[in-house]
Amino acid sequence: MDWGTLQDVLGGVNKHSTSIGKIWLTVLFIFRIMILVVAAERVWGDEQQDFVCNTLQPGCKNVCYDHFFPISHIRLWALQLIFVSTPALLVAMHVAYRRHEMKRRFRHGEKIDIEELKNERIHIRGPLWWTYASSIFFRIIFEAVFMYIFYYMYDGYQMPRLMKCSDWPCPNIVDCFVSRPTEKTTFTIFMLAVSGICMVLNLAELCYLVIKVCMKEPRKTT
Amino acid sequence: MSWGFLRDLLSGVNKYSTGIGRIWGAVVFMFRLLVYVVAAENIWKYEHDEFECSIKQPGCENVCFDHFFPVSHVRLWALQLIMVSTPSLLVVFHVAYRENREKHHNQKLYRNPREIDGGLLCTYIISLVLKTGFEIVFLVLFYKLYNGFKIPHLVKCDIRPCPSTVDCYISKPTEKMIFLYFLVATSCLCIILNISELSYLIFKYSIKCYLKRYMKKQQ
Repeated sequence: MDWGTLQDVLGGVNKHSTSIGKIWLTVLFIFRIMILVVAAERVWGDEQQDFVCNTLQPGCKNVCYDHFFPISHIRLWALQLIFVSTPALLVAMHVAYRRHEMKRRFRHGEKIDIEELKNERIHIRGPLWWTYASSIFFRIIFEAVFMYIFYYMYDGYQMPRLMKCSDWPCPNIVDCFVSRPTEKTTFTIFMLAVSGICMVLNLAELCYLVIKVCMKEPRKTT
Repeated sequence: MSWGFLRDLLSGVNKYSTGIGRIWGAVVFMFRLLVYVVAAENIWKYEHDEFECSIKQPGCENVCFDHFFPVSHVRLWALQLIMVSTPSLLVVFHVAYRENREKHHNQKLYRNPREIDGGLLCTYIISLVLKTGFEIVFLVLFYKLYNGFKIPHLVKCDIRPCPSTVDCYISKPTEKMIFLYFLVATSCLCIILNISELSYLIFKYSIKCYLKRYMKKQQ
């Protein structure tokens, strides 16, 4: 039970997405979840064990580590991925509700589009369009919020090699050394870049949906 | 045998739930189970190794850790997840019992064995009450065991064999506190969802009952 289950859930949403939505899901799985699991977790795996301060004072290392890393990068990325994936569940729920309604109407003898029910692919129109557009909007908001939180918490996206710490019980200003700072900076910038790409994809998908609806409107009126 | 079992249980229960019940299932899965497995377990993984006291006296660290953390947060969290998901099994069993009965008697005894009415409604309401009860019990347990939802940087310990009052430092207290608040927030959200679902069901079936009686009177 781990990210694989999220993959199953989101894979179901894939059927009802636009093409850009499918590209977004692929980028999410390959360049974010997979990189997090196979690479980033190893890089940050030993972060507290290998965080070294040049003092033998017991407790100084714990306190300094907690001061400089209130929440680890890895955990923030995991939360970001969970929050960014959640709006897609809204779409999945709406689709399930729509199919349930169509089946109910079919049972009561009303005419419905049987092909749509059989194909298992629902067209994005009407209330489902609004749900889909809102989900994309929330995805963009969550991505932006998490990118800002990273920037605010860690004063930028670079991991310093050395931090100076004077919190009690450290006896004076001690030097504390972070393990693997360059590798961590590399991965932070990579994840930031992929977040940016995902945001651009979401914006493009939103524009595409809006344009599609606007193109349909004049045809309806003429 | 791991959390995959709970995940399967939650998706199985989904079929017999109301709309709010499905939202509850999604919240428990995404914001509680998934966060627990991918984030919380790792934060608390080395909590004992990283618990440091300012003394070399053998046994002092062990005794102090045991005094301040009788049951680890992460274990309580896991127990809470299990206890809160289990009442839904009552509904699954009742539906299975209904379907079994129909098969056994070889005739249609219920309009729809999966529809929430009659006995199944009672079972569903009981499961909701139990879920809410367990959530509240665990929140109170967390609060009582750890004096609120805060995790201090430092605890002072003077239990034998520690020779005097020693300072003991907890690792990653801020990160643990953030996730503890996250746990409390999602628990409260689940309690609200359960209470809404309970109110919705009671309201819906009261209206149904009232309308039936009114129709009977008319006839």
